[in-house]
Amino acid sequence: MIESTSIPLSAIRKPPLPNPADAPTEDIREQLYELEEAGELIVQRVPGPYIEVMTKYGRTKKIPEQMTWHHKSCGQCGHIPGYSTSIFWLNRQFGMNYVDPTDQTSCTAWNYYASATSNAVAQAAVASRNFAAAYETGYFPMIHCGTSYGHYKETRQEIVHHPELRRKVRDIMAKLNKPLVVPEEIVHYSEWIHAMRDRIAKKQVRDFSSITASIHPACHYYKLVTEDAIYDPDIYGGQRTATVTGIVEALGSTVGDYSTFFDCCGFGFRHILVQRDFSRSFATQRKIEIMKEEANPDVVITHDTGCVTTLDKSQFAARAHQRNVGVPVLSDAQYAALAMGAHPYRIVQLHWHATDYTALLEKMGIDWEKAWVEFEGDLKRLESGEIEYLSWEDADAK
Amino acid sequence: MSVTAPPARFTADPGATLSPHSYLDVAYEDKLALWEEVKADDRFADYLYGCYECGICVAACPSAKFYDFSPRKIAQAAAREDVELIYEQMNDDVWNCSQCFSCNRCPRENSPGGLITLLREVAVRNGLGTAKEALEGYGRVVYKIMTTGTQISPDMLQPDAFPDWGPDVEKTSDNLELWRRALPPETLHTTEMSWQVSNETLIELYLIWLHSDVMDMIAEADEGLHMIILDVMEETLEDAGYEV
Ligand code: SF4
Ligand code: SF4
Repeated sequence: MIESTSIPLSAIRKPPLPNPADAPTEDIREQLYELEEAGELIVQRVPGPYIEVMTKYGRTKKIPEQMTWHHKSCGQCGHIPGYSTSIFWLNRQFGMNYVDPTDQTSCTAWNYYASATSNAVAQAAVASRNFAAAYETGYFPMIHCGTSYGHYKETRQEIVHHPELRRKVRDIMAKLNKPLVVPEEIVHYSEWIHAMRDRIAKKQVRDFSSITASIHPACHYYKLVTEDAIYDPDIYGGQRTATVTGIVEALGSTVGDYSTFFDCCGFGFRHILVQRDFSRSFATQRKIEIMKEEANPDVVITHDTGCVTTLDKSQFAARAHQRNVGVPVLSDAQYAALAMGAHPYRIVQLHWHATDYTALLEKMGIDWEKAWVEFEGDLKRLESGEIEYLSWEDADAK
Repeated sequence: MSVTAPPARFTADPGATLSPHSYLDVAYEDKLALWEEVKADDRFADYLYGCYECGICVAACPSAKFYDFSPRKIAQAAAREDVELIYEQMNDDVWNCSQCFSCNRCPRENSPGGLITLLREVAVRNGLGTAKEALEGYGRVVYKIMTTGTQISPDMLQPDAFPDWGPDVEKTSDNLELWRRALPPETLHTTEMSWQVSNETLIELYLIWLHSDVMDMIAEADEGLHMIILDVMEETLEDAGYEV
């Protein structure tokens, strides 16, 4: 059992705003513009209107409001599809213009981090192909997966820093009749939610003020190319990444802090698929149990595929061993969608989640039994052939 | 710094290295060649700047809490170019890393996790037996990602594959096709891939695999898997008029 070393949030002093001129890292965008000037690649600009946010060392990052090309996550779409559906639903609620492309592959980084059956050139070429596909549509990449986001930030650095790699990738792109394109900013959907949080809160129809949420920040969001993650002096004094915490606070919930905030979820890439003893133990003993002991949250909110999966699914086996678990796990997108009135099954698709979430829904004022009956009605219509698919209109029917 | 000859203390007395198991049946030159391959990767210089031995990476590392594993030892062995120990790590340690990159907190700006990516890649490219073992049971995932462009398909949710995730897996698997049709985004009505990927997109992905030496890596790691993936790719590419 580890001892609590948690510092109360109120004790974190607000340091002066960081000065980008003192940043210990380079501003990769300046080098991208230089390479573009030299004819080496194309930089896709963030379309307006965009929202400016602050990153770790005080630099400004542009988050596009719309004209976004949604780079989906294979783990979200495959196993927790209410995650992706909620992201799209939020965009639709604001009338945002977006594309959900079929001309998109996974970043293939989950496989790479799990099995190493790839290499830097292939990884950069997969990234560039997706970037070029977005560029051809005129829409700007919005990355759903934290690993894709982190991996693409690394790939962007490699393309900038290694001319030989850049040449090889450009040659492959030429064989595909595509240009080498790099987006001006690599944008994660949770950054869009963070930037939109006040507007989301304005459309809130359910009261979340009695809910305590513990936050799990995704490793690949802020540990890979750390200077590109959003930090905010008003959130943790700018000492931790602000995404997720920002939206949870904006929705009026209490953030339940805990001492293993920086620990990963135990996903492990290969471990979650073929060595799950590690994932289960780490997720429950270093995260869920510590959260329960120190903050006793109603829910864990996170912002990546693997984190939702690992923290949620690992609790079943731990419960069989009488461990102190039993906290539902949602993404920030699902949490925000529920706050704005989304249906818990038609949109948030909670039936794909494992840990019991019914007490949480009751705290949100949602009659989950009635909602499930409504969803079962949809399933009957689908089964009978009355409808082939559940449409957005069906999903929002009152 | 480069190593051109084996430091005598490593070969004469394997116990003098930190390695308890020095794979003495493998020639030093072969181990050195693998290490040189790691160093030749463009990313190597971005991942290692020496090591303070401070252990911050170990404190941050989830795998160090679970296994006999240390990112500090990985950085140390690389910084000292302890070829014997590196070879052992390449075989015995690297597959324990969970690639979370918590170790990027290193005050020396190292990335032990990044070094591990390179060590794994060289192990796979050279068909090391331990890499093949590590990839056993993983072939289906490699097949999925390389042939469909998406890794985690809904139909992977089978109760025998995830018994520890509880009875909901069976429920999902039993209702899969119906539940997928109950998803409003049109791209998600799939069961064999995470979302609908267009055929043109797959062709471009296959061309990337063929032009970036990935297929050679797969052949080293698993010959059978290589043949199956190649068959799928060839059929699609030939249908589209490409000569493979
Ligand atoms: S990337 Fe690997 S070595 Fe680094 S902290 Fe994570 S598990 Fe440990
Ligand atoms: S944190 Fe960096 S300097 Fe410290 S032991 Fe680890 S690799 Fe070495």
